[in-house]
Amino acid sequence: MFSRALRVPRAAAPLVRARATAARPSTVAALRSVTTNAASSHADKAAVPDADDQPFQVTLSDESFETYELDPPSYTLDVTKKELKDMYSNMVVTRQMEMAADRLYKEKKIRGFCHLSTGQEAVAVGIEHALTKEDDVITAYRCHGFALMRGASVRSIIGELLGRREGIAYGKGGSMHMFAKGFYGGNGIVGAQVPVGAGLAFAHKYTGRKNASVILYGDGASNQGQVFEAFNMAKLWGLPALFGCENNKYGMGTAAARSSALTDYYKRGQYIPGLKVNGMDVLAVKAAVKYGKDWAISQNSPLVLEYVTYRYGGHSMSDPGTTYRTREEIQRMRSTNDPIAGLKQKILDWGVCNEDELKAIDKEARSHVNEEVAAAEAMAFPENKPEILFEDVYVKGSEPQFLRGRTPDENFYFSS
Amino acid sequence: MKSHLSLRRLNRTLASLLSQPSRAAIVCNRHHSTYPPNARLNIPTDYSTTPLLAHSPQMALSSSELPPEVKNGMTKRLNLFQAINEALATALREDENVLIFGEDVAFGGVFRCTMNLAGDYGADRVFNTPLTEQGIMGFGIGLAAEGMRPIAEIQFADYVFPAFDQLVNEAAKYRYREGKTGRSAGGLTVRMPCGGVGHGALYHSQSPESLFTHIPGLRVIMPRSPLQAKGLLLSAIRSNDPCIFMEPKILYRAAVEQVPSSPYTLPLSKAEVLQQGENVTIISYGQPLYTCHAALKKAEEDLGISVELIDLRTIYPWDRETVFKSVRKTGRCMVVHESMVNAGVGAEVSAAIQGDAETFLRLEAPVTRVAGWSIHSPLMFEKFNIPDVARVYDGIKKLIEY
Repeated sequence: MFSRALRVPRAAAPLVRARATAARPSTVAALRSVTTNAASSHADKAAVPDADDQPFQVTLSDESFETYELDPPSYTLDVTKKELKDMYSNMVVTRQMEMAADRLYKEKKIRGFCHLSTGQEAVAVGIEHALTKEDDVITAYRCHGFALMRGASVRSIIGELLGRREGIAYGKGGSMHMFAKGFYGGNGIVGAQVPVGAGLAFAHKYTGRKNASVILYGDGASNQGQVFEAFNMAKLWGLPALFGCENNKYGMGTAAARSSALTDYYKRGQYIPGLKVNGMDVLAVKAAVKYGKDWAISQNSPLVLEYVTYRYGGHSMSDPGTTYRTREEIQRMRSTNDPIAGLKQKILDWGVCNEDELKAIDKEARSHVNEEVAAAEAMAFPENKPEILFEDVYVKGSEPQFLRGRTPDENFYFSS
Repeated sequence: MKSHLSLRRLNRTLASLLSQPSRAAIVCNRHHSTYPPNARLNIPTDYSTTPLLAHSPQMALSSSELPPEVKNGMTKRLNLFQAINEALATALREDENVLIFGEDVAFGGVFRCTMNLAGDYGADRVFNTPLTEQGIMGFGIGLAAEGMRPIAEIQFADYVFPAFDQLVNEAAKYRYREGKTGRSAGGLTVRMPCGGVGHGALYHSQSPESLFTHIPGLRVIMPRSPLQAKGLLLSAIRSNDPCIFMEPKILYRAAVEQVPSSPYTLPLSKAEVLQQGENVTIISYGQPLYTCHAALKKAEEDLGISVELIDLRTIYPWDRETVFKSVRKTGRCMVVHESMVNAGVGAEVSAAIQGDAETFLRLEAPVTRVAGWSIHSPLMFEKFNIPDVARVYDGIKKLIEY
């Protein structure tokens, strides 16, 4: 009964759309859904230069973008062989790192919450290749890939997951809390990072820097009230904020259509132009974010992006990820839309390098991650002493006389 | 049951304070709360004579906490909102990273604390936000993370609850989780008017300080007077920890005193002994200090005792040393605040006093709390809910007679 009631409006929707199409043929393009094909771009193989750093043109699939109140980005972009290989390597390292985290979790070496981004690598990598280190990125708890791309080392990330003192947040944060230059976390509360991102963007505007803030949240978080509050402030004050919904189709185990009245997340800004992008194609992500950043800064307006992506694993380690979707769906995405396999195919098609060179990159990525994981595992646990437990609550040297333990004899007295 | 008993006892106390029974009958027939014409204790605070405010420049400049150049300077007669306005203007003038935003602040704010600031320092630095408390706070935290000094105003402390998540989970924990990047939300100062005005009722009279004093990482401050507010607010703005600055709104216009004209700061997490005494210590903060002062003056006259009065000023992390030192001397102690007694600041202070072995051994009577009842702030009964002079007086008497 309930599910039929849910299905009714969606069944009705195409009729409405068909009528709209008949009335205004020019909107046909806008009705098309973006592809999730990771290997849909084209380049003229003959035009690919020999030199590693000489640019050549790639044409994205004309199903790479959908726009809302916005001219679409250019469907062509210049890349170099070096950049394509870097992108490939970045995605492989990210996946290897996430797989290592998965293994360590199952070995019970990582405890607590752990959210992996396997399948979503093209988003973090594509965004990074469109930004400078002076731009900001802020996201929620599925953050390992973003931390890595912003410059954190694999060992500091894995060390953090393992709760080690040399972890990126001294082992105090774990999976959800990672900070790096230009990266503002790693935030545990669903949606809370979005207004914080608006603040980051305001600082850019206020100080006159030509930088933008890339703010990420999931399709589940997009219904949080504070997301809309941040939209309103950002538009009101013309902030260079690239809000971006990583739509992986499920907020934990809830399909997007079950939680969202409007699943066109790129239209959620209403008065903010939107751009939906194929989040499985790293080149499309790069093109969209680069265009979005320039547009936001030059137009004094935020932008709402939607990265259409897919996570292969469950929401977190405690979710097998197969109760709310079919194994066939996961298998289909893995085998036909994988961002790494897609880019690999294009690299080979365009003769950027041969299969042996890619295998060498794979091998190097694997051995790099293995070394880093070994180094992380060798890191010491935080020493079992109150100086570490009570540090960083207040500015060093200006702490109150003491902070309370469970009993008076556990109270920690600051020495200053 | 217990509260019924104490209410009845309170009524008896009130009745016994009335010299003419016939007048008492008239009072009982009133449908609004006021004080009886011949009351001895519950008469309104006369802010123009209370020694808790500096009525002369000499008094204002006598504080040992002021630096010499301020002590040698001039003073101005200001009320609380003018003093806060001065502190905000100083902050804006001294540091271009200071921004002020909140609901209606560009127009001066509902209590006029930000009057003329948008005009003097630019609409890009003092600006209105939508009605979006949670957004305001997250936005402020983001600014602070970039090294700026945002001053967010929450229009009433009663409205802060949507922002609670941002304050507790984002602002307070920032330094704890940022690893090696050296960032924090420390630049953030949140101002909010709090406390009863006699008719604010459920959503304009609350004093939610103890919800924040539970959170390590935050500093919670409540000034008692214009002079204090100017110095403490500048300290809060310059502090590298997120500060919650709560302003007793009844004092905005009522409390007027001479305030040093030059900028100055007053120390955070440092209590102030307002009056030395030997027999009882009263610990309070914000507006109830005036009530306490009136009560202890009468108690000193009637009972021949001397009472020490302490203003906590920063209610978290609070100054234990000053409190313990005083209680070790007097052996009797009472904590007074306006907000609910349960799990309030009084609970924390009195538990800390009895938990300190040396102080505990010096206690002559149980530490008592005189605070708001554990109820919401009711429109009709606000004056009964907030501790009045009679209740504080009664508390002193019981401590002495224990």
